[in-house]
Amino acid sequence: MADTPTKVIVDCSTGITEVLPLTAAEIADLETARLAAEDQRVAAEAEAAARAEARAELLDRLGITEEEVQLLLG
Amino acid sequence: MATTYTLINSNTLSSSAASVTFSSIPATYDDLVLQASIRNNRSSVMGGCRVRFNNLSTSIYSYTYVDSDGSSATSTRSSATTEFEFVGNGNTSTADTFGSLELYLPNYTGSAKKCFSTFAVSENNATNANIRAEADLMDITSAINQITFLLPGASTYSIGSSFWLYGIKNS
Repeated sequence: MADTPTKVIVDCSTGITEVLPLTAAEIADLETARLAAEDQRVAAEAEAAARAEARAELLDRLGITEEEVQLLLG
Repeated sequence: MATTYTLINSNTLSSSAASVTFSSIPATYDDLVLQASIRNNRSSVMGGCRVRFNNLSTSIYSYTYVDSDGSSATSTRSSATTEFEFVGNGNTSTADTFGSLELYLPNYTGSAKKCFSTFAVSENNATNANIRAEADLMDITSAINQITFLLPGASTYSIGSSFWLYGIKNS
């Protein structure tokens, strides 16, 4: 059986450091947060990829390159 | 001459830990600087790390970052997340190498939402490494009195990971 993960708490008012085992609820909270953050990361990356793809398609339709766009905007 | 840069507290792990918290941070400084040298047991080169403030896990954290691995650069914006996500070293990076992170949090006792910057890298004695510069915002209008380093799931920070919290006085 794996050891229970611990948490370190540094109390800045006293300078005392404690090492305590995580509770089951804390472990569950961490996993929930990880899943939520992963969902958001995947969504953000998909959105960025979709924007890049749309931009590339538009440039293709216009018949100009990214470098030419930068020249026009510069 | 005034002492403007003061070590509030620090910790170097002598055993692995799932989280590291600086609690009861005094409100006697103008800004905070958080530095970390971190490695964790996740099976990747870039192990990442997560940070929460004041023990709040609601959707109040937003960030924009540029991340580069030497061959390509990406930019990502995330809003209303439950924690900040930074980079660090995972367990498949070169043994005994640690990622570096510095976070600068100005006016941490102010009543406005807190904006800050983070600069972090995953280090590796090989070609695979990352660098990330991040602009961060949190919807917390009270003073920051607690900072917690976390990891996803049951991952742990490795022995030797170090954390330093400094207070900055303007004068």
